[in-house]
Amino acid sequence: MTQNLVVIGAGMASGRAIELLLNQHPHLYHVTLFGAEPRGNYNRIMLSPVLSGEKTYDDIVTHDAAWYAVHNVTCRFGETVTKIDRDRKVVISAGGETPYDKLLIATGSAPFMIPVAGRDLPGVMAYRDLDDTNKMIAVSAKPGGSAVVIGGGLLGLEAAAGLKLRGMNVTVIHIMGHLMERQLDPAAGYLLQRELTSRGIHVHCKGATKAILGHGKVEAVTLEDGTTYPADIVVMAVGIRPEIRLATDAHLEIGRGIVVNDQMVTSDPNILAVGECVEHNKQLFGLVAPLYDQAKVVAKTLAGENAAFQPVQTATKLKVTGCDLFSAGDFAESDTREDIVFRDPSRGVYKRLVIENDKLIGAVMYGDTADGNWFFGLIKDGTGIAPMRDTLIFGPAFQGGTQPDPLAAVAALPPEAEICGCNGICKGKIVTAIAGGARTLDDIRAQTKASSSCGTCTGLVEQVLAVTLGADFVLPTAKPICKCTDLTHEDVRRLIKSQELKSQPAVWQTLGWKTPNGCPTCRPAVNFYLLADWPLEYVDDAQSRFVNERNHANIQKDGTYSVVPRMWGGLTNPRELRAIADAADKYNVPTVKVTGGQRIDLLGVRKEDLPAMWADLNRAGLVSGHAYSKGLRTVKTCVGTDHCRFGTQDSTGLGVKLERRLWGAWTPHKVKLAVSGCPRNCAESTCKDVGIICVDSGFEVGVGGAAGMDLKHTEPLCKVPTEAEAIAVTVAFVQLYRENAKYLDRPYKWLAKVGLPWVQARVVADLTERAALIARFDLSQTIYQKDPWAERSNATAMQAFAPMADLTLEAAE
Amino acid sequence: MNWMDIGAIDDIPLRGARIIRTALGCVALFRTDLNEVFATSDRCPHKGGPLSEGIVHGKSVTCPLHSWVFSLETGQAQGADVGQIATYAVQVSQGRILLDARDLTKRSAA
Repeated sequence: MTQNLVVIGAGMASGRAIELLLNQHPHLYHVTLFGAEPRGNYNRIMLSPVLSGEKTYDDIVTHDAAWYAVHNVTCRFGETVTKIDRDRKVVISAGGETPYDKLLIATGSAPFMIPVAGRDLPGVMAYRDLDDTNKMIAVSAKPGGSAVVIGGGLLGLEAAAGLKLRGMNVTVIHIMGHLMERQLDPAAGYLLQRELTSRGIHVHCKGATKAILGHGKVEAVTLEDGTTYPADIVVMAVGIRPEIRLATDAHLEIGRGIVVNDQMVTSDPNILAVGECVEHNKQLFGLVAPLYDQAKVVAKTLAGENAAFQPVQTATKLKVTGCDLFSAGDFAESDTREDIVFRDPSRGVYKRLVIENDKLIGAVMYGDTADGNWFFGLIKDGTGIAPMRDTLIFGPAFQGGTQPDPLAAVAALPPEAEICGCNGICKGKIVTAIAGGARTLDDIRAQTKASSSCGTCTGLVEQVLAVTLGADFVLPTAKPICKCTDLTHEDVRRLIKSQELKSQPAVWQTLGWKTPNGCPTCRPAVNFYLLADWPLEYVDDAQSRFVNERNHANIQKDGTYSVVPRMWGGLTNPRELRAIADAADKYNVPTVKVTGGQRIDLLGVRKEDLPAMWADLNRAGLVSGHAYSKGLRTVKTCVGTDHCRFGTQDSTGLGVKLERRLWGAWTPHKVKLAVSGCPRNCAESTCKDVGIICVDSGFEVGVGGAAGMDLKHTEPLCKVPTEAEAIAVTVAFVQLYRENAKYLDRPYKWLAKVGLPWVQARVVADLTERAALIARFDLSQTIYQKDPWAERSNATAMQAFAPMADLTLEAAE
Repeated sequence: MNWMDIGAIDDIPLRGARIIRTALGCVALFRTDLNEVFATSDRCPHKGGPLSEGIVHGKSVTCPLHSWVFSLETGQAQGADVGQIATYAVQVSQGRILLDARDLTKRSAA
């Protein structure tokens, strides 16, 4: 005889339980399903993609009206159950009484709203269901709106990421010291915060909410520390607690949740419970995997079969806005536990394994979570890890009886295995190129683009070459910077960033320099890398610079110097020209020459005269032209719309603005720009490091030109409609070059290594990255955009430029 | 010996150099990373480059014009280059640089 099963709550756990039950025993029960939401069962985990716009509600429905009809489930959606009468075995709702033989409570959980003033204001909400999601989507339609998310756990961060993708200014307030503290340790939490910050989400940790402010609707959130954030919407995602009111009123046994036994039966044998409202062995459950396990047990118990719920460890592997996170087990620190940690901060990779009694008990991974499930298996199975401890952190690929052989691993890869992530090149394509005659890394780069972008797959590509060619392939040895070290420029740049080396002695010591303090090859390079990566912390070392940069003038073959004042965009005026002429007279300058970069060069000045001459030129408003530096040299311009009948834009004005923005910045090698007012290209933009050609509809920005030892046409970086954007992409390009290029590589050489698409992705396509690059450039300029002439035209500097003593005078006595 | 006080060691930048004018031409005073001071001729025998403007590394200096490297102790050119620069006795006492000026104060005609 068919019994009545009443289910209160149409969530994921009850949905799964009903589905399993009806699939196995379609006629055992007649099911009545109550749901507070006016809709059926959907995949709540996927609300985040709905919020961000990647999915719609229809995409995430798990059981639609047709499914309920086919399985003969009576749906009472939108109807709240107000009471359970256990004596009469009925549930009471607006529609009257519904009798049950078995009752399944699946009321889930309710969001915890922190009790601060203003929490009832319109615009303050939780993030639990589709209605919340739709409210958030509606608010985010207002351009430039601000959102504050209280709570930096999984749910809060998903809300924040979704609102950011919807175009809002988002601040996350988190009371703990780091994000997702239940799943992540501080280091991984920091990496996650860095990633979110780079995506434009402001994160405020250790922030305790004091009050939510507003008149008639939410307007701002103020914290105990006094910080106030404007808010058109406040999302509380500080936690959940089991929804147990119905069960409490019915006098079922309650702890923090509704207490159930292993069969998921409550203290009343006719009442079962499942999901987030349940407490089993003093434990609550929030993640979906154990809830599904509970649903299985519920279905079996209802069918009269034996089953027992055994909670297992749960791993969290999540994607928050593309941040790869994995955590499993227990990773609290303790005296009996040991850590194995792997860090590569520049790639944003962090892995930590927690070991106790030779067993893996916890794992936290960030950035590279590919081996997560393998580690999770070791935790669940309690596998002894002593024999593989040495290579454990490198994952399953490195385990086994023999020494790890990377070549064997590469040989075992199938043809469709991806080798180069940047360009999407699989092993098969590389093998095909080799079959077609490619013999070297450069061949592969030229023919397939593999390894031509970020270069992290270079080793893999070389291994594919080695495996495929066998003895015909000679692995090229990486070229060290100089004899002081075996490391390459790229290694040193990476290590300076990742190990946070902020002084030259730190570099020499940590990276094992073989000489006490470097040599003329590595010192200027290391000095540049340090000042480019740590503009605030590192102090530029004049003694690690070539003479020209130390003396701020170009040394000539006879030991005299040349002096070149800056002429912004090539513009000058009579007053400046008089000052230059006067200086040439006063200091007996033998040669005055106009340079290729639209400047005037005064050649043959004695070193001891330099400070005085600079002071004279400074007084006329002239500053150093940096004609000697690995930095911005000149921005060459034509006259553009000011005078030219062909000019399409104010090319001179743009040139002046670029030069005023970029001057003083140190770069891996010299940087020369030009702006031409029309495609006739009178400023010769097409052979510059950055060359801009103005056209009617905007600005064509080209990069990587050369007209020195090599002759090379610029490559088109992008075309932008406004002058402001032309300046922005130029600044971002220069900063990307500063941060990544090898010392003494001009932009065209660097571009050949990383590839134009890699640069375009960061400078043109990714506006957040562009803004971050510009911000870092501007920060550096606060330190380095200073006229070296003005700094040296004083008595101390003049003394330093003069001989220390003059013994010829003594000799004459 | 005729020790002459030339100035304070701190007048020379660390891993840097200054010059003094003498009857025999300019002499370069180098200060190494370890606060040793060396005195040599300032003139590179190759093309006359001012060695005091070179980068000081270890107990060597590299000429700024064409990168010849000289030992500050012996004055010998290093590596493949062949050449020699004059070296002069110098010592540091209580932060002052003392140079043996016997040869340097002689008239060049002497």
